[in-house]
Formats: sequence, structure tokens, C-alpha cells
Amino acid sequence: MKLVPVLKCLAALAVLFTTGRAVSAQELVEVFGPQTPNRVLVLRSTTDIAIFGPVVESFLRTRPGLQVRYEQWGSNELYRLTRRECRDGVAGADIVISSGVHQMVQLVNEACAASYRSRLTEQLPEALRWRDELWGITREPAVIVYNRQLVPVEDIPQTRFDLLDLLRPSGTPYAGRVATYDIEQSGLGYLFAFADAQEATTFGALQESFGRSQAISTCCSVDIIRGVAEGRYLIAYNVLGSYAQGYQLNDDRIGIVLPSDYTLVLSRTFMIPKQAQNQAEAAAFLDYLLSSEGTLALRTALLISPLLETEEGNEGEALSSTALRPIGLSPALMVALDALTRETFLRRWRSTFPGP
Amino acid sequence: MTDLIRRLASSSLTARVAFGIAFLLISGGVIVSIAAFAYGREAARSAYDRLLLGAATGIASSITVQDGRPVIELPVSAFELLALAPDDRIGYRIIGVEGETLTGYDEITLPTGRRDIRGGFFDGAFFGEQARFAVVSRRFAERTLNGTVKVVVGQTLRARNEMAYDITRKALYVLAASGLAMVLLSVVVVRSVLQPLERIAGGLTARDPHDLTPLDTSVPRETAVMINALNGFMARLDRQMNSMRHLISDTAHQLRTPVAALRAQAELFTDEPELARKEKIVERIQARTASLGRLLDQLLSQALVIHRGDSARRERVDLRDIALDVFEEGDHAVLNPEFDVILDIGEDPVEVLADAQSLKEALKNLLNNALRYGRSPVRIGASLEGERASIWVEDAGGGPVDGVLAELGSRFNKGARSRQSSSGLGLAIAHSVAHSFDGELLLEKTTSNSFRAALVFAALPEGRT
Repeated sequence: MKLVPVLKCLAALAVLFTTGRAVSAQELVEVFGPQTPNRVLVLRSTTDIAIFGPVVESFLRTRPGLQVRYEQWGSNELYRLTRRECRDGVAGADIVISSGVHQMVQLVNEACAASYRSRLTEQLPEALRWRDELWGITREPAVIVYNRQLVPVEDIPQTRFDLLDLLRPSGTPYAGRVATYDIEQSGLGYLFAFADAQEATTFGALQESFGRSQAISTCCSVDIIRGVAEGRYLIAYNVLGSYAQGYQLNDDRIGIVLPSDYTLVLSRTFMIPKQAQNQAEAAAFLDYLLSSEGTLALRTALLISPLLETEEGNEGEALSSTALRPIGLSPALMVALDALTRETFLRRWRSTFPGP
Repeated sequence: MTDLIRRLASSSLTARVAFGIAFLLISGGVIVSIAAFAYGREAARSAYDRLLLGAATGIASSITVQDGRPVIELPVSAFELLALAPDDRIGYRIIGVEGETLTGYDEITLPTGRRDIRGGFFDGAFFGEQARFAVVSRRFAERTLNGTVKVVVGQTLRARNEMAYDITRKALYVLAASGLAMVLLSVVVVRSVLQPLERIAGGLTARDPHDLTPLDTSVPRETAVMINALNGFMARLDRQMNSMRHLISDTAHQLRTPVAALRAQAELFTDEPELARKEKIVERIQARTASLGRLLDQLLSQALVIHRGDSARRERVDLRDIALDVFEEGDHAVLNPEFDVILDIGEDPVEVLADAQSLKEALKNLLNNALRYGRSPVRIGASLEGERASIWVEDAGGGPVDGVLAELGSRFNKGARSRQSSSGLGLAIAHSVAHSFDGELLLEKTTSNSFRAALVFAALPEGRT
């Protein structure tokens, strides 16, 4: 059995971030497990291979003879591909794991998923499963990242209101130096923004404030985080906590805040497509991810965020659990994907960020 | 089938009640289950239909018009409403003025027939699963947009079915509980119903064999019927026993004197040396023997009457036949040839409800009395006076002296039995017979030189059967 690549998660992250290989739409493929397998499991995911790879490897240790073909996709492309395969009845992936939760909900709503029940899936909270066809496997907060050297301690925003106050003065030094996702390009950014809009009226004010202070909207977690570390941006809003924390382990120039008014928590979703060739192995992988070993592996990969659990460590981490707002798996998320609604939402966004 | 019925008839009451309850529970259970399921389906349907309608209305009211185009921002609240059926898929489609899909699933098609959309709802399918849809129309009359925008919202049926089954299940729990209660209750009721019977049976078993007193009637009304019948039976038995006892003691008493007299005469005969006197003694013995024979006849007829009084069937009897029979037997002609006996009957039937044998015995006794104590000629007959039918014996004598007559009458009216003389015994028999058939014995002087003994009964109306 040959394991490709034999890398520790953190080392992989370091390589990833320093070489600047960004998460992109194009397909990356990596094969785990024996070269001459008797079973092959096709896994399509939006998660970086370097981060999720160790989890797959630990699973394969319990399944000799199984090969996993890991394809990394951008969330919008993965959604389109899976939907097309579902409609055409073509067998594609055995497993789809995506951070575009709303897209996955839509796929399940369109009867693209196979159903599965086990003791472990039933132990999941209601918000993390839907119809026994979709399961949330990770816990990743949306955080505020700031540059430790350039942002004075008293300026560190603990809530969205602090951020608003920071941007309000006309001569604020933060003008043009706050970054957030470009929600037109990033499915995840759109989901966070949409959830924000549902969660509180603060978001309207924040959006307006971003527009006035010429905040930057750009693509991709890694770029944003690196920009903060290098001082190009002072503060980044709604960055995925798992990436930020992984970066922070190698580069302590950045600080992480979980907004204490509320913190969105994303669960990447796991789906077994209806046409999957190898549903039994797919279900076994799901059970593994939900088992204590799988949970430990996900925790090591920071996909189940330690930020949500520990009281010590980075400042501002301690957070009452009532401020945590998981993005629940519910058909209500379909609203986010509705074409007209999306168009209306994006039009408002564009009026705030007129573009470069 | 008949075998089953026969077996059922002899099976225990508990088994019958159990059978009835089981039948009731099974048939009731089936009916209630069907009804509960129908009700549950209806309840679930109307409950979730309202959700659908609420969501569709919410979406419809969120539509605005900008630049002549409908602008839609789907309200999350509408979808959260639908998400109250947590595991159901949601389909929606918003149809513009021209019939084009503004947003949502093209796959959802409205039924073409107007009748297929009942009350704004229709049944359909959504990605291969059964679903129910609500349609809400919103009319726009703007300068730039004029027409109807339709909002179709649908949902698969998982939550509805779940709710229907849940309601059914709960109804069945209630049914099972009440069934159990019924079974327990019926066990208690059967026990308490059978308890009086067991008490009666126990009382009867513990009873002294000679104790014929009535049973306690303070029992439930239904079992009182049985107790009353039983008491009636025992009373009849008691009466017969008493009669027998009296008869035996009467008989012993009546026989003792003549037998003793006979023995005395026989001893005299042995001791008498003189032939002429011996002959006289023999004559006396003969007379005594004849009188003893008569006495025995009477005792036997009294026994017969007493026996028949309670037990013989009452039937339609023509009293003229009785008089004729007694007359034609002709005993009187043999025993008392010196008497002139005349039959006096009319042409019309004289009918009563009684027992012919008993009447005959009574009449014979009255005739014998007349032949012994009365004077010739003796007439026997039957006659009808209004509603009273009588059969009688009349002689030309003056009857007993007044005092004796009064005494006889009062004694019989009190129901006491005569032990005094054979004439009394004959009258006693007649009285018993009269009493047995709800009649009476009348002894009266009809004229200065005629005495009549009559048995009077209620006449049977003519032609009645």
C-alpha cells in the first residue's frame, strides 16, 4: 500500500499557503490508497486536498484494498456538475462534500441524493441532517481576522458594531483596508452574506459602511488572509475560521476574533449521489467521519474548529454558545439559490462595491 | 352452524360475554382504525395545506414591480414555514403575466382543467415523489404591468403521512386502553351477576331436606323470577305433604273405632254360648263391616281428591255428564233399593273448568249422604243459574237439625276438616273438591221438606274454549 502524499496536515497547509496555490475552480485530482485496488471510491469536494487528505488517509487505514480518488472542485462548478449528472442519470462521484450548503440542499431537494440511516447519523442534531440524505460533518466559524502589528489592541473589533464604529469616522485609517469575500465569485462568501442578512439588520449597515470606506471585495480565503498578514489589509471580515487558524499556526502576524454578537458556523455537507456506484463504501466513509476516530481526524485538520470549544488560546475566542449560529440544513436555504432572489441580492451588493 | 349455536347455548355465561366483547372489540377496532386513519389524513391535509397556502401567500405578497418587471425576493419566512415539515422537499414556481416562469422549477405544471385545482390546491408529483401544491394568484394593475402573477408552492407528503399515522396510532392506543377497561369491567360484572346464583345454590344445598319454607326473595330482580317459581313449587309440595299427613292421621283415626268395635263383637261372639244371640252378633258384625267398607271408600276418594286437587289439569266438564255417570253407575240401587233416585238434568250444557274424576267422587259422597240420612225420593241433577253452574243432590228429608247445619257450614268455611263422622267425611270431600276448583259447597233447605247439597262453580261462558 502506498500512501500519496504522506504529509502532515499542518505541513501541507504551510506548503499551500506559502506557495500561493489558491483554491480555484479547476479540478485537482489526487489518488489515495493502493494502486491496484479492488474498490474505488470517487470523492468530490470543495475542501483543499492538503487539508482533507489526512482524514481520507486515516479512513483508508481501516479499509484495506480501497482506493479513494479525490477530486477538488470549486463549489459552483461542483454544484453544476453534480446537478447535470443527476438530471442526466450519469454516474459520477460516490461522495460529494461541499461548503456550498445551499447548493447541496438544492440538490437534495431535487432528489439527487441517496438516503442512508445509521446509529451515527441519527445522533447528529436535527440542524445537521436533512431527510437522511444530507449531513453536516464539520464545524467552521466565520471569523474576523486582523493584523496584530498594525491594529492597536483597543481597535480590535469584538463585534460587528465595533467594526462599524471603526469605519464610521471620515478620516479613518481603515478606509480601503478592510477586505471581505467577493460574493459573486465565491459561493461560500455569498452563503455567509446571505446568512448575515437573515441573521441581523446589522448587515445592511455594515454593507453600506463597507461601501463608504471603499472596502475591498476579493476572492478566496487564502488571498484575503495572506493580505492581512502582509499588511495589505488591516481587517478581513467573514473569513472561514479553519483556514485562518491553519494559517495562524505558521504565521502569527494575524489575530482571529469570533464576533461575540453572533458567529456563523458552517458545516460542510456530505451527500451520496443517487447514481453513486459504490454507495456502501460511501456510507462507510460517512459513518467513519461521524465516529470518534473520524471526528478526531477532522479536529486535527481543524475542520471541526477548536476555536468553538476552548476557553484559552487566542484572545476573543471564548464565546457564549448562544452567540453561535449554525447554518442549519433546511429547505429555507433554497431561497439563497433562487435566481431572482440572488439577482436582487447581488444587485444591492454591486451598488455597494462598484468594482475595481 | 347449528352445532355451534348448541355449543354456545350450553357454554358458560363468561364465555358468552367474552365472545360478545371480543366481537365488539374486533369489529369496533376495525371501524375505529379506519375512521381514525381517515380523520388523521384529513387533519394532516388541512393542517399542511394551510402551511402551503401561508407560504404561497407570503411569496405572492413579496412580489413588487420595478421598471415594468416583477421583482421577487423570496421571503425566507415562507420557506421556514414550509420547513415546519422538516423532511419534505419543496417545489415552487412563480409564473408571470405571459405564462413564463419567472423563477423556480419549470418541472411543476399547473393542471389544465380548472376543476383539478380545488380550492387553490392540487395534487401532483415533484421529482418522482407525490406532492401537494397550492396556487395563489396576485393581480397587478400597474401602468407598466397588468395581469396575474401566479405563485405555486408545493411540498412532498412525508410529514402529512407521518401525522396521519401518528393520529391513527394514538387513536388505537386509546382504543386498546378502553378495550382493556371493557374486558376488566365485564369480568367484574359477570362475577357480580353470578354471585346471587351461587348464593342461592349454596343456600339450597345447606337446607334441611324437610324445610320447605320460602327462600329469601331479596335478590336482584332478574333472579327473583326464578326464586318465586321455586318458592311456588315448594309451596305446592308443602301443601301436598300437609294433605298427606292429614289424610294419614284422619284415616288412622277413622279406622281405629270401627276396627276396635269389630274386634269387640268378635270377642263377644266367641264368648257367647247362646246360638240365637250369636246370630245377632253376626248381624252386627256384618253391619259394622259394611259401614267400614263405606268408610274405606270415602277415605280413598278423599285421598284421590286431595291428590288431584293440586295436580290434575282443569278441563271443560259438562256437569250433566257427571250427574248422569253417577246415576248410571247405580250403586244406590244395589245398596239402598228402598230409595227412589231420580235424575234431573236439562237440555242445555252446564260447563265448568274442573276435573271430572274429582267432581264424580264429590257427587257420589253427597249421594251417599242423602241415601243414609235423607228420605226418598232423592234427586240428582245439574243446573245453570245465571253465571253460576251447580251440581246437586236433593232429598225429601228435612236435613240435619239447624244447629248441626250451622256448625257444619262454619266448620267448612274455616277450612277445617271433619273428623267427626262419615257424613262429615263425605262433606269434607265435597268441600275440598269445591275449594280446589274455586267453587263452594252449599247446604240448604230449599223447602220445608227438601234438603239440597250443591257444588257451585263459576259457569264457563258458552262457546268459549
